[in-house]
Amino acid sequence: MARMKFLCDVERCIECNACVTACNNEHDIPWSINRRHVVTINDGQPGEKSVSTACMHCTDAPCAAVCPVDCFYTTEDGIVLHDKDLCIGCGYCFYACPFGAPQFPEQKAFGIRGKMDKCTFCAGGPLPDNSPEEYIKYGRNRIAEGKLPLCAEMCSTKALLAGDGGIVSEIYRKRVMARGSNMEFWRWEAAYPPGK
Amino acid sequence: MNKRKVSVGPERPLIPKGKEMKTPYSTLLPKPVAAMIFLTLLAGLSLLALSAVPEIGPNPRADFWRDVREGVPGVTVVDSEAHRILIHNGGQNWREIRNGLISWTGALLMAGVLAAIFLFFIIVGKDRLHEPRTGMRIGRFSLFERILHWYTAFFFIVLALTGLSNLYGRAVLIPLFGLEVFSGYMQWALWIHNFSGPLFLVGLLVEIIIWVKDNIPKKMDIVWFKNLGGMIGKGPRPHAEKVNGGEKAWFWLMTFAGIAVGITGVILDFPIWGQSRGTMQVSHIIHASVAILFIAASLGHIYVGTIGAEGTFEGMWRGSVDESWAKQHQDLWYEEKTGKRAS
Repeated sequence: MARMKFLCDVERCIECNACVTACNNEHDIPWSINRRHVVTINDGQPGEKSVSTACMHCTDAPCAAVCPVDCFYTTEDGIVLHDKDLCIGCGYCFYACPFGAPQFPEQKAFGIRGKMDKCTFCAGGPLPDNSPEEYIKYGRNRIAEGKLPLCAEMCSTKALLAGDGGIVSEIYRKRVMARGSNMEFWRWEAAYPPGK
Repeated sequence: MNKRKVSVGPERPLIPKGKEMKTPYSTLLPKPVAAMIFLTLLAGLSLLALSAVPEIGPNPRADFWRDVREGVPGVTVVDSEAHRILIHNGGQNWREIRNGLISWTGALLMAGVLAAIFLFFIIVGKDRLHEPRTGMRIGRFSLFERILHWYTAFFFIVLALTGLSNLYGRAVLIPLFGLEVFSGYMQWALWIHNFSGPLFLVGLLVEIIIWVKDNIPKKMDIVWFKNLGGMIGKGPRPHAEKVNGGEKAWFWLMTFAGIAVGITGVILDFPIWGQSRGTMQVSHIIHASVAILFIAASLGHIYVGTIGAEGTFEGMWRGSVDESWAKQHQDLWYEEKTGKRAS
């Protein structure tokens, strides 16, 4: 079985936010929730870098560890999913997650948040694959269709990679070797070295 | 080509014999001043060397990831407090403290207090009335005070049970009832907890306001603790006014724990003021640990108020106590109320 991973190549990410839009569109995600977001560090300064982030599908997931109702589970592919029928909307996963992945449709007085929503690695939820109920609650199940997450599939610079961890790291390793080391500035040649 | 005669050394030693210890410089500058000049030069040179390092380090990618790891906020169009920081470290600490420290020490503390109360009941036993009841009743708590007490007590128990379900339900209740049943219960428990909290807090604050005048600590309260108000041993009963040392201890614990749990509870209950994840994590840790202390202490209060001391429950239920009870437990209050001598 594969061990699914996201990897964002900071030398390639151009902060176009197409991954965010693709995700929101593919899964019909309600307003105020964005399963994926792009963060730019040192924005506007030479050497600024952007990273596209979503749920990182941790091996030892903090959200799963603190969930009072134990609604998280890890699939055979190493994808961390949750059952919205069990979720009580307490917000603990939001406290624990380092990446800000868990989000809630509401944020009201008396701690009313609604069911948590997060990136599913386009793998839906515990309901039957690509049933209407699964689509409404979790979005499209592309993994069940044999496809990879749409955010990475349509990344224009191929900065965002998704798939089996071994293959993803092999692609990245080749890129690093081709670029050479010690890149001092973001530049076109860094992402696309001449003659390679 | 004439070879120049190279002088290999002075004909006579530079330092005259017997004065070797004295260096030439020491004659110009005293030693501490020389040392200071040397250190200043060294520091200046070091600063120069540091500022010579280019702003972009030898590996800019390492600098980038170091910033990310240290939680330096960035810019994102999907703007929210949780999204600006790529990696927020606080959650891991919160997870370790909640799942480890709080849940284990909390369970041990509550089990320890329960065991101590049980042992106390077995070994020392119930604190019975020494004199038979006279049938004369003395008013202790007004109807308003009793309604307020049971209102607050009701919400305290509801909050304690739902809060403990939140912390321990996954370990204790899920194996018994299964995921679906527990989740269904817990959804209601969460809502009830979140709505009961402010209602409890109102009751607690009114209690503090109306009872604080009877609960000012006095010297006699320290004496009270020497034999736990006469519950242990044969010594004479210590003096007590309307509220004895033990009750005052509970009052002040209730005040401080209640305010701590109340403030942190409100921060957690109303995520509408833009409080950050970090604030919520710290609030939760204070809320959970103080609440467990509060629950553990309340077990002692509940024990003494019900089966621990005969006749005490009547004060808060019927509003009045028997003359014998008042004489035994709150002698000064008894004298004030009846004008009789307690002993």
